[in-house]
This record gives sequence, C-alpha cells and structure tokens, in this order.
Amino acid sequence: MSNNLINDSKLKDKLTKLSKEISIKKWDLGATIGKDISVQIDKSEPKQIKATQKSSITIRVWNKSNQVGVTSTSDLTENGLRKALSSAYEASNFANPNESPDFSPLSKRTLPIIEKPIKESLGVKDLLNNLIKAEQILLNKDYSIKSVPYNGFAESKYERAYINSDGAERHMEATQASLYLYARAEEEGRKPRCSGSIKIAHGASDIDIEACINEAAEKTIDHLNYKPIKTGKYLICFKPEAFLDLITSFSNIYNARAIIDGISLSKKDSLGESIATDILSINDDGLHPRNFSSCTFDGEGTPTQNLKIIEKGVLKNFIHSESTAKIFNVSPTGHAGIGAKVLVSPDWPVVYKESSQNARNPELSYKNTKEEFVLVENLNALHAGVKASQGSFSLPFDGWIVKNGTKTSIESATIAGDFRQLLKNIIQIESREHVTHHGISPHIWINELSITGDT
Amino acid sequence: MIKSLLKQEFLETHSIDDYFKQNIEFLLSYGVGAGADLVEIFVENVDNISLLVEQDTVTSVNPSIGKGIGIRVFLGKRDGFYSTNDFSKQGLIYGLDQALEMLGLEKHTNSSNSFQGLKDLTDYSISKSKMILNCPTIKESTNKLLSATMFLKKHGRHLSVRRGSYSKTLQEVIVASSDGTFAKDLRLYQSIGVNALAVDKEYRSSIGRRIGNTEKPNALIDWDAEETALDINESAEKMLYAKYVTAGQMPAILANKFGGVIFHEACGHLLETTQIERGTTPFAKLKGNKIANKAVTAIDEGKSEGAFGSIAIDDEGMETQKTVLIENGILKNFLSDRAGELRTGHKRTGSGRRQSYAFSAASRMRNTYIDKGTYTPTQLIESIDEGIYCKSMGGGSVGATGQFNFSVEEGYLIKNGKLTDPVKGATLIGEAVDVMPRISMCANDLDLAAGFCGSISGNINVTVGQPHIKVDSITIGGR
Repeated sequence: MSNNLINDSKLKDKLTKLSKEISIKKWDLGATIGKDISVQIDKSEPKQIKATQKSSITIRVWNKSNQVGVTSTSDLTENGLRKALSSAYEASNFANPNESPDFSPLSKRTLPIIEKPIKESLGVKDLLNNLIKAEQILLNKDYSIKSVPYNGFAESKYERAYINSDGAERHMEATQASLYLYARAEEEGRKPRCSGSIKIAHGASDIDIEACINEAAEKTIDHLNYKPIKTGKYLICFKPEAFLDLITSFSNIYNARAIIDGISLSKKDSLGESIATDILSINDDGLHPRNFSSCTFDGEGTPTQNLKIIEKGVLKNFIHSESTAKIFNVSPTGHAGIGAKVLVSPDWPVVYKESSQNARNPELSYKNTKEEFVLVENLNALHAGVKASQGSFSLPFDGWIVKNGTKTSIESATIAGDFRQLLKNIIQIESREHVTHHGISPHIWINELSITGDT
Repeated sequence: MIKSLLKQEFLETHSIDDYFKQNIEFLLSYGVGAGADLVEIFVENVDNISLLVEQDTVTSVNPSIGKGIGIRVFLGKRDGFYSTNDFSKQGLIYGLDQALEMLGLEKHTNSSNSFQGLKDLTDYSISKSKMILNCPTIKESTNKLLSATMFLKKHGRHLSVRRGSYSKTLQEVIVASSDGTFAKDLRLYQSIGVNALAVDKEYRSSIGRRIGNTEKPNALIDWDAEETALDINESAEKMLYAKYVTAGQMPAILANKFGGVIFHEACGHLLETTQIERGTTPFAKLKGNKIANKAVTAIDEGKSEGAFGSIAIDDEGMETQKTVLIENGILKNFLSDRAGELRTGHKRTGSGRRQSYAFSAASRMRNTYIDKGTYTPTQLIESIDEGIYCKSMGGGSVGATGQFNFSVEEGYLIKNGKLTDPVKGATLIGEAVDVMPRISMCANDLDLAAGFCGSISGNINVTVGQPHIKVDSITIGGR
C-alpha cells in the first residue's frame, strides 16, 4: 500500500524540520485527507451534487516541562504547519499538569491485517443514474409512496496517518460508499408516514441497491396501518438497530475517560461487577470485517482490537487511551482520538447471547410470539433524550404493537426507562445475530418499559 | 491531490487586492463561459480556540486553524458544489471543472452567458478588524472559567462534576458571485457553557447553561460567572430528588429564553424553503392563512445586536433582514436562500447560511423568536389548575413528518395556579400544526438564548427565544 499522505506531502520531513526550528523535540500528529462525492435527487432531477477535497491535521507538541499542547489545521503548507506548531507550543503552557498524555507504548507494535479493498470511483453520472433509477423503482413499489424526500448516494476515498517523533508511522487508505432512501407514504385522510433504509459498502458498485429499495419500501408500507398506543408499561422487543443505539449512547459505562471524569455509570473498581442479565455478552470489535469504517490503529497509533466488554453480564474491560490506561495501570485498547485531552470512543459493538446461559423467557421470538408486545424499530432524538450520566432515557421511536402475529404501526410514542435496570431486565436474546451498519446484535427482549402514547 | 497543496496560493486572502479580485473574476468568468447561469465562490478563514475546565483544572486548550473554498455553480434550478482546502490555481480550476461537470457543462461549451465583473467590495469587516485585539488572552479566559467552577463549588452541594467550556471563533468570509456580488465580513463568535452533575446516593441531576454572543470581545470577561453558578446550583439541587413525571395530556407553561427551542425546531424549520423543496412542510401552501393562535407573532432576524444568530451578511453575500414569519397567527413569510428562491419562488431573505466552506448554503434560521404578549408570567401560571411548568428545556428533534419531542431539563407541577413539586423525565410531544393553535397566552418577558442548530448545511450559531407562553394542551411523556 502506498503511503501517499505521508510521502507525497512530506509531512514527516516538514514536521521534523519545522519542529527543530522552534526547538520542539517531541511531537506527534494525526492526519486525514479525503475526497468524496454525493448526489441527491428530487423526482428524477438532480437536486444537489457535491464533491469535496479536504485535509486536516492535528499536531501535538511537548514542551520542556513535558506538557502537551495541540492545534488542528486544514492547511498542510509549510506556512500552515509552522503556524500550527507555534500555536500548539503556546497551548502547551496551559496543559493539564495532573494528566499529561504521552506516546502510546503500542504505537510501533505490529498492526493487525484486515481486508479493506480499494474500490474504483463510480463517478457523478453513475451515482446519479443509479439513484434516479432507485427512486423510480421505490415510487412504483406502492401507490401510497408519493416521494422520496431524503435520499443520497455517496462515495469517498480517504487516508489516515499517525506519525510521531519517536519513529512511529501508521497509514491507512480506504474507500467507502453509502446509499440512503427515505420514502414518504400518504393515504387519503391519514397522516403521512416515513421510513427508509441505509446501505454501506467499500465501494458504490458493491452497494445492494435492490435491497435498499426493498427495505425502504417494506418499512414505509409497514407503517401505513397505524394507530395510537395507550400510555402504559409494555413487554418490549428491541430490533438490533435500536438496541445498538442504546448501547452506544450509554457506552460511558465502559469508557475509562468517562469514569475518570465522573460522568460514567461505572466506577474505577466496577470491573467484575454483574451489570446485566447473565445471557448478555458484548464485545467492541473495531476490526470486524463488516465494519466498513474500520481502521487498524487509533488516534494515538495504538492497534485496534476485538475487546470483550461484558461477558455473561459481568463487566470485563474498559476502553482506554494511552492516558487513561496509564492511570488504570493497563495497556491502551485502541479507542483514542488525538488532542490535548484525548477522547475515548467505542468502535463497533457486537452483542450476542451466551449459549451456556438460560434466558428467563427463551420462548420469546419476534416472529412467533402471540402475546402482545411492542417491537421497537428505531430510536430517535438520542442526543436529546438520553441522559447518559444519569442512566435514564426518554426517546421517541418507530415501531409496532404486535399481537397474535399481527403488526400495527404505532402512530407516535416515546419509550422511557433506566439503562441499568434495562440491562438487568433482559429476559431473552434471540439466537440470530443481525449485521447493521453500526454493529451486530440479535433481537433483545425487556420485560417491561414505559411507553407514552395516546393518553 | 496532496502535491497541489504545496503550490502557490491563487486566492491569497491576507489582503483583498487587485490580484485577488482579478483571480476570483477569472474563476467566475471561467464558469460563466462554460454555460453556468451563476457561479458563487465562498472563501473562508477560521481561527478558533476552545477551552475546557473540569473541577479546578484546565484540561484542554485546543486551538484550530482552518481555511477553504466552496464553489457553487447553478444551471436552471440545479446546482453543483465543490469544496476544497486547495488554494492553488490548478486546484481551483479542477474544482470548478468538477462543479461544472456535475451539471453537464464543460469549459469549451459555446455559451451566450457573460460575466460583467464584480462590483466594488462591500467590506463589512472594516469596523470589526480591531475586535480580535480586545478579546481576552488564553490566560484571562482560563482564569474566568476557573472562577465559574470555583463558584459552583462554593455555592453548591452534592456536585460531583463541575465543568466550564469556552469557544471563540473568528471567521473571515468573502463571497463573490457572477451576478456581481462581492462582499467580505469578519465574525466573532463566543460561547460559554457551564455544567454540573449532582449526585447523592442513587439520585442524580445534571444542569447546564449556555451563553453565546457575536462581536462582543469582552463578553467572557463581562460575564457574571457567580450568577450562573448560583442559578445552576439552585436548579441542580431542586432536580436532584425530583420524581419522574407521570405521562399525560395537560396544559403547559414554557419559560422564556431557551423555551423558544420548541418553536425553532417544531415550526421554524418547517418555514425554511428547503422543506418546501422536499415537500416535507405542511405549511407550504398556507402563506396568508392562519396557522397559529392569534396570540402568536413570530420573527426571524439577523439584526439583534450581539445575538448569537446575528449576521451582517448571509453566506451568499446578502445583507441580513428582519423577517416576520407569523403575524397574529397568520403565516406571512418563509425563510429563503438563493436556491430556495429559484426552486420555490419565495424571495431571498438573507437566510442563506452554512457551517463552513465545506457546505453549500441553505435557508436557515438566525435569531428566531415568538414576540412578547401582554400578560405577566404569573398570570399564565395562575390560569392553570393542573399542568406542568417547563423552566428549562433540554434538546429535542422533529421527525420527517413533523412530530416533535423535547426533553424538559427542569420542570415543576402546577396545581391550582401555583408551582409545586419538581419533576424529571418529562418529554413534550406533539406536532406543530396541532400545537401552534394552542399557544393561547404570551407573557411580556421576551428573552433570547444562544444555541447551535444542525441541519442540511451543517451546524450554525442561532438564537432562540420567546416570552413565557401557555400551551392549552400538550402530551407529556414520562414514566
């Protein structure tokens, strides 16, 4: 693989030269460059076509007191880099004296190998033609589908790099494409209903357009037969996408940075605690082959890994940066960004059932259960309705009330609860795992949650 | 791609001289000569610093420097957009070719379109260039933030997390279009955030406040950190032991300032021409019709001095305006940008806004508020036998078919015209078309609050606002 970002821009040479000019001995940087194209249409006509070329770099420098300063810039010219270095050096005078990041001890460790094919660009014309065709087919799927107000077909090519003055050098190149179709259905005298589908692949030519059309149509039509739901407590089945959204929203429970900052639901000594029903296990697997955004290293150059987070309901590991790992006296886990205060973020959750453990209600199945339950398809407004530091959520959702195998879409409702209780109240995890674009999970059953609907 | 970044810059913005004008005219002429109806070039330089103080320590000082160019080409009602960090002639011509190609245009097309040259530069930055000299230093800024978290500790109980954040952005923009538009502006945005998490056994509450302004260099130094700390502590303490609200349909009083976020999200977005283009607003054909209670007059403007959503020009170079959206319940105007005018016929309102050069402008809100009425806030509360008072709102969202959901950060039950127990976990649920007619009373205490709005053209600074308002009936989500 060619290291265009590092070689063509001579980033390392330039940084080495410039840092000497202003007597900086220790530095590192994270850089990304990318090109992307996206198209949107409206009734077979191109609506907006966008292309972007972008570059950004974050430079950290250590001053003579080993305090770190940082600056980000989109200017990779020599002047731009000089300005960024000077700015970072000035910022180092205000660094946190209690917690100074260092190079990751794993920044030169051999990286895992993952298959990440580089796909040819399809180009604007083909993206447009494919999207126009997809819109037409979707509109013809059902008389009720009147428009596809939100749609887009995009492809990108990008590179990431990490370099430090100690000789670490990481580089990755990738391509990615996405298609989304969000249809609006209307029937006389009824409220409009919307739903859609997103597909992601390494390249635009790999996107399963037909599957995206069919899923968007099915989901939209599935919500046509709607009625209000009475406010109350219900047996709940989360579809994989919805449960993964919850797990990610409350990932502070296994985030070492959040624990140190006091905004986690866990404490430093929480490892080994039973936090969920014993049928639940979760890994964070940034290297999973279906994770199209995977990268083999994090913002500090630490190798990405498949990390066990919860095993049989017990909290097994936290995710770390170099700095948090040092405080916990463990190794970094490959979940760091880069900055003066290094953020720690989850990669790709994989939720699964421990086959050795018995669910409280193993008979429950979203396809076969006759008893009344609410099937939650999507959770909305997560940014507003999740109180991650308090453990509570109150979220609008799309879903159905299901009874005797008959699904009726819910007109408009919110679902509320406490995340810690929810983990303890999982009564069934179905066996089939579904791959989504932001993780893997089976259908998850909760014995009872509050729903506000028609009062 | 990378190699071209090392070349001589074609649009050097340190001074807008003849060289710059000549080069930007060359690009505009190039695009028009290829058959474009209009070519617009947006040049941006940004200098930002963000600070974070946690407990009693500065934990992050994060400067960032950015620059880029957005090139937009129109042909009929369609447009193509290319953005780049590459300021070289070669890179910009490549970008322009890309944008032209998106519309099926090529540089050798025989076009009858001609470009008459740019007008003289309208420079809104002249009077503002000294602003940056009066901004606080990093040391002064961090000290001020440290004083805020110190005041939280001094006055607070049960506070396990105390945070202060500050962001200062200096954005220089130059807009040049083939219709002759040539304008420059300098914008100074500052925002201050203070948050606290209170914990006592299993009880938790988190409360935050945000202050934002534009073109007020001394805003951080002048800010009363102790007053904000006292306000947060009072709310955190009251909400710490609050019980979860019981779901139901009931009347609600929404407090002034950030209470206006509901109007912004649930109604304001539906009055942007981008929503008409998509066919996702129920108000598209209702201009001149009653869409709200006659108590409601709503405004969107970019003129309030120092307000977070104020702008001298929009990001298409048009001078800002005051736009009456709703007057006594009647829909008067939509917010429109260049593309909105082309595609929907609604005249531009100086509302074309974007997060940065990497986004094409779209019709967006500025300072948006429900205008004041004649009642006092107490009269509104006294008019309710049983309901909820929403003192502070969290965030929210509006679905594709118009349903909105907003969390209430700090709420109190109203019983017999009086505020009683604090409640948490409340969510306001409804649809703009249903709720707007139910706003029956507006108080006389209009006030504004700063916020950030994310939408089609990225995250932008806005102001929301309203006086205390009464909604006769709304669904409250709870447990």
